[in-house]
Amino acid sequence: MLISQQKPIEEILSYLVNDKVIFLIGCKGCAEGWQSGGEKQVLEMKSTLEREGKIICGSIVVDMLCDSVLTRLKLRAFKKEIAAADSILVLTDGAGVQTVAEVVNKAVHPGCNTLSSGGAHAEWREAERCLECGDCMLEFTAGICPIARCSKHLLNGPCGGSQGGKCEVDPGIPCAWQLIVERLDKLGQLDKLAQIVKPKNWSVSLTSGLPVRRFP
Amino acid sequence: MKTKSNLERVLESGRFAVTSELGPPQSADPQVVRKKARILKGCVDAFNVTDGQTAVVRMASWAACLIAREEGLDPIVQMTCRDRNRIALQMDILGIAALGINNVLCLTGDHQKFGNHPMAKGVYDIDSIQLVKIVKDMRDERKFQCGEEMAVEPRLFIGAAENPFADPFQFRVLRLAKKVAAGADFVQTQIVYNVDKFAEWMKMVRDRGLHEKVKILAGVAPIKSIGAAKYMKTKVPGMDVPDSVIERLQKVPREQVSKEGIRLCVDIINQLRQIPGVAGVHIMAIEWEEVVPQIVEAAGLLPRPTFGA
Repeated sequence: MLISQQKPIEEILSYLVNDKVIFLIGCKGCAEGWQSGGEKQVLEMKSTLEREGKIICGSIVVDMLCDSVLTRLKLRAFKKEIAAADSILVLTDGAGVQTVAEVVNKAVHPGCNTLSSGGAHAEWREAERCLECGDCMLEFTAGICPIARCSKHLLNGPCGGSQGGKCEVDPGIPCAWQLIVERLDKLGQLDKLAQIVKPKNWSVSLTSGLPVRRFP
Repeated sequence: MKTKSNLERVLESGRFAVTSELGPPQSADPQVVRKKARILKGCVDAFNVTDGQTAVVRMASWAACLIAREEGLDPIVQMTCRDRNRIALQMDILGIAALGINNVLCLTGDHQKFGNHPMAKGVYDIDSIQLVKIVKDMRDERKFQCGEEMAVEPRLFIGAAENPFADPFQFRVLRLAKKVAAGADFVQTQIVYNVDKFAEWMKMVRDRGLHEKVKILAGVAPIKSIGAAKYMKTKVPGMDVPDSVIERLQKVPREQVSKEGIRLCVDIINQLRQIPGVAGVHIMAIEWEEVVPQIVEAAGLLPRPTFGA
């Protein structure tokens, strides 16, 4: 069970500052269990954002958002709404956000921080996608996680060792930043990378925080 | 002038700058550093002292900088994010400035996998762009990364590296722009063998006006052997060695290859000087420092400018 917690609303609103029409997605799996992005939280987020002047053009809560086959299937029914949206806000853990970013051709914002995998690793089995760092950066990286997938956890673009789409550390590893740049290019948002992403808060990560954390 | 850096003075004077590189020893022997420093003295404006290049344990950059400075040179401390978190990096920045070092080059660092301790835990708490910004804020705002203020700021001339040949190519100029926005005063590039591709990158740099905001020193390196050229072409990520370079070395007799490699380096320097916006060259002759003076001389870059106190 991936343990996630909603980001402060100010942070979420800062992500949406240039967007008016939003599509909302939650998850009936872990996010429902941890009340960070289930039915109830999606409805609450809808009214919060409407109070802030946003238009919610649609919403869905998928059984297991990190299952890319299921998510692709479910989102098909909302093709029109998603096309009409400026962006998508996803209320669940990092694995779910990355699944959505992979199956839609639209900017995706993370609404939660992933605190812990709680011993499980989502339904996306072929590779590590979320390192439960507690301070989700997917907003700045086109829904592809450089903490999990870049050998140097870089937040401001690829290092000098990215060649032919591969990481210099191992030719079997795709360069996460190549993927990020390609996706932003496709979305016409390459300029997003001009922003300098500030040093990350590692105090909330499992590896830098307390050796054992308990959750309510 | 932001600092007392000799490199800054040369660049501000509009002269074509020359920097080089000194690799500290894998031992505690100060003589190795002194010997290399004496070779470089008088033919470069400043020189980098590498910080555990290729993730191999060597004498600390700041320590070798101090030894070399006794020989009368202006050292550039290299600082990587691979081995130190933001606490250690800021402590070192205060330390080097207090010791009178004037330049710092901010790098993410070669991955630990390539070094002699591949089992080490990489740190990567921050990246090179964030490090540039931290040094800039310490110098110009007197603030630590956490926002707290300090009494005496570190007056450092801030450098960064850039690789025009790595992928994705469409992002490389944007990355330079980020380093400039973060506060880089000068940039040293990856070694240039493909001058055409470098010129294409420089055009993109000029189109954004970046050459007016940051001093760009193009990286060059003499090639010692055909084997070394082939190794760089095929094995070193982010290196672009055109076939024409290897063919040129293959045309001369075996015993003439290293001389031809030096001539090639001089030719590249002469071509780079013609590209608008290139403020200098950075000559990387790792473990072959003794050829730097003849390269600088053959390129017509001697004597180096000196300034009265």
